[in-house]
Amino acid sequence: MPDKAERILALRGIGKRFGAVQALSNVELEVYAGEVVAIVGDNGAGKSTLVKILSGVHPQDAGTIDFFDQTTTIASPTDARDLGIATVFQDLALCDNLDVVSNLFLGRELHRSGGLDEIEMEQRAWTLLRELSAKLPSVRIPVASLSGGQRQTVAIARSLIGDPSIVILDEPTAALGVAQTAEVLNLIERLRERGLGVILISHNIADVQAVADRIVVLRLGKNNGDFRVADVTSEKIIAAITGAADFSEPKRPPVVTPLAAVTR
Amino acid sequence: MTDLQDERLIHYNGIGGAVRGFVSRVRGGDLGSLPVIAALAVIWIVFQIINPNFLSSANLVNLLMQCAAVGTISIGIVLVLLLGEIDLSVGSVSGLAAAILATGSLAITVPAEAGWWLHLLVQGGVILIAIAGGAVVGLAYGLLYTRFGVPSFVITLAGLLAILGLQLFLLGGDGSIVLSDKLGIVYFAQQLFLPEWAAYVVVVLAIGVMTLAQVIQGTRRRDAGLSFTSGGTIAVRNGALLVALILVSWILYRNFGPSQVQGRGVGVMFLFFVALVVLMNIVLTRTSWGRAVYAVGGNVEAARRAGIRVRNIYISVFILCSTFAAIGGLLAAARGLSANQSSGGGDTNLNAIAAAVIGGTSLFGGRGSAFSALLGIVVIMSISSGLTLMSLNSSVRFMITGAVLLLAVIIDSMSRRSRAAAGRA
Repeated sequence: MPDKAERILALRGIGKRFGAVQALSNVELEVYAGEVVAIVGDNGAGKSTLVKILSGVHPQDAGTIDFFDQTTTIASPTDARDLGIATVFQDLALCDNLDVVSNLFLGRELHRSGGLDEIEMEQRAWTLLRELSAKLPSVRIPVASLSGGQRQTVAIARSLIGDPSIVILDEPTAALGVAQTAEVLNLIERLRERGLGVILISHNIADVQAVADRIVVLRLGKNNGDFRVADVTSEKIIAAITGAADFSEPKRPPVVTPLAAVTR
Repeated sequence: MTDLQDERLIHYNGIGGAVRGFVSRVRGGDLGSLPVIAALAVIWIVFQIINPNFLSSANLVNLLMQCAAVGTISIGIVLVLLLGEIDLSVGSVSGLAAAILATGSLAITVPAEAGWWLHLLVQGGVILIAIAGGAVVGLAYGLLYTRFGVPSFVITLAGLLAILGLQLFLLGGDGSIVLSDKLGIVYFAQQLFLPEWAAYVVVVLAIGVMTLAQVIQGTRRRDAGLSFTSGGTIAVRNGALLVALILVSWILYRNFGPSQVQGRGVGVMFLFFVALVVLMNIVLTRTSWGRAVYAVGGNVEAARRAGIRVRNIYISVFILCSTFAAIGGLLAAARGLSANQSSGGGDTNLNAIAAAVIGGTSLFGGRGSAFSALLGIVVIMSISSGLTLMSLNSSVRFMITGAVLLLAVIIDSMSRRSRAAAGRA
């Protein structure tokens, strides 16, 4: 699929330092339209730092970000949003006291003759949730009464309101049960069908293998492998995560056959 | 219907369904205004049994007029409580406004034979300065809160004392200034009542506009393929409200009660207070700003990430709260005919805060409505009026009002817990 699809995002040689700690060095990442890229790695591997660079929380020290083949800088969360990068953080950032519609349109409500246009917002909410095949009983109930999976659904649906081209999901299944995890994984597939590029941060190898097209492994702030899910075992991924095997060469793995670099 | 397809939804159709849905909401801890109305009914029945003068036309008229001033202050308290903050200085701010009104009207005297426009200009100017004084205090609170992150509890506690000092300074000397009964605002607060026919016109117009808005909303929802309130439900609900309001208005113009005193009717000042409540309710529920207030009260971080300018919301709410406090102070001074050292002192602060909480606005932020100011203040003033009729002095009144406030807070905390269990925010 990446052969024909448009490349949305390309990171080259990204580096980030926090004081004496080199959190990221020379990290590469490419995301194509209609592709789910999982970023995996142990604690402290630099996953969250990478997400924060992409969502504009803090800028990188080194390297370039190409967005649709245009080199850009992401200096603030607003920049990220304007470019079309939507991030769903782990804590979801929903207002429990507001209903689903209010949460979806929070900060960008639709208006009609001076007041809020509740009807238009409710209709659009339903349209969006249908497209995602999301199972919410009602959009007029407070978010507090939803299950974890449903809350994740609302958070993901909200990220789509601004019509982004890339959605970043930070540990979307971390706190969920079996059925709810399946629900969210389905949702990620809907995002792919819409032609979005999806970056999925996760600890859970099973989830990643179920839904991702490509797996990028980070280890100690560096790339340690870029695999197609179809031709990799979970043992190999774990080996890459823990450093039992070194997949960091070549510097730029050819996207089509990353396994050429692997010595069996 | 697009929105009611899910098989897990429990449907409540038609008028019977509306009643069943209401019962289920109450069981889930979503009490709404039910406990307040129940409490009000009990209070009224008890006081009526103790003293038959309680529900007399004349006393009801007085009761409503008493509500206006502190009720207006309470609207501002509702706003800060929605953010999960508090303003303890509303009493002092109202006293300051009263002092500005009194000293201003005393300092600038307009000869009686001057044109009406000059009176209007001067009196209006003084009133505007008093209100602006309140707004400035609120701006200061807002800036202190957003710049330094000092808890609003502490800022406004400091403000309570500092502004009381300013009020005493303005009043100076013996510390009491009697307002001239020639002032327009005094006439407004003491003498201005609607003629009986006008009261009915106002009630019919208000209910008419409300019904029209609901019908338009319902039609739009139906055309959009969403669920809508049926015409029958709207008719029954609004019809009942119409009959109730007309009945109350009718009583206010009669001479019910043992002493056969003629009621003066619906006071324009009370109507002004109700209009402010309705206006604030529309702003809270129908604008982006109102939505942002609820969002900040529910989850500040989420609101910030959604792109809401959280600072501006805090500042605007503190300004509005102090402004309402100033307006309430003006009404209280005009009704009491004077501004003195105890204006806005005593139980003003606590009554305003208690009214908002008793009316159903949560202390924990994000839940409540402008109408809780109206409901709550009627409860507080009913208790106060009933105890005064029993010729109990303020010591007992304070204790009982305190107990009622405590009860309201307990209900708030308990219903919060049961809401969490029943899945209602």
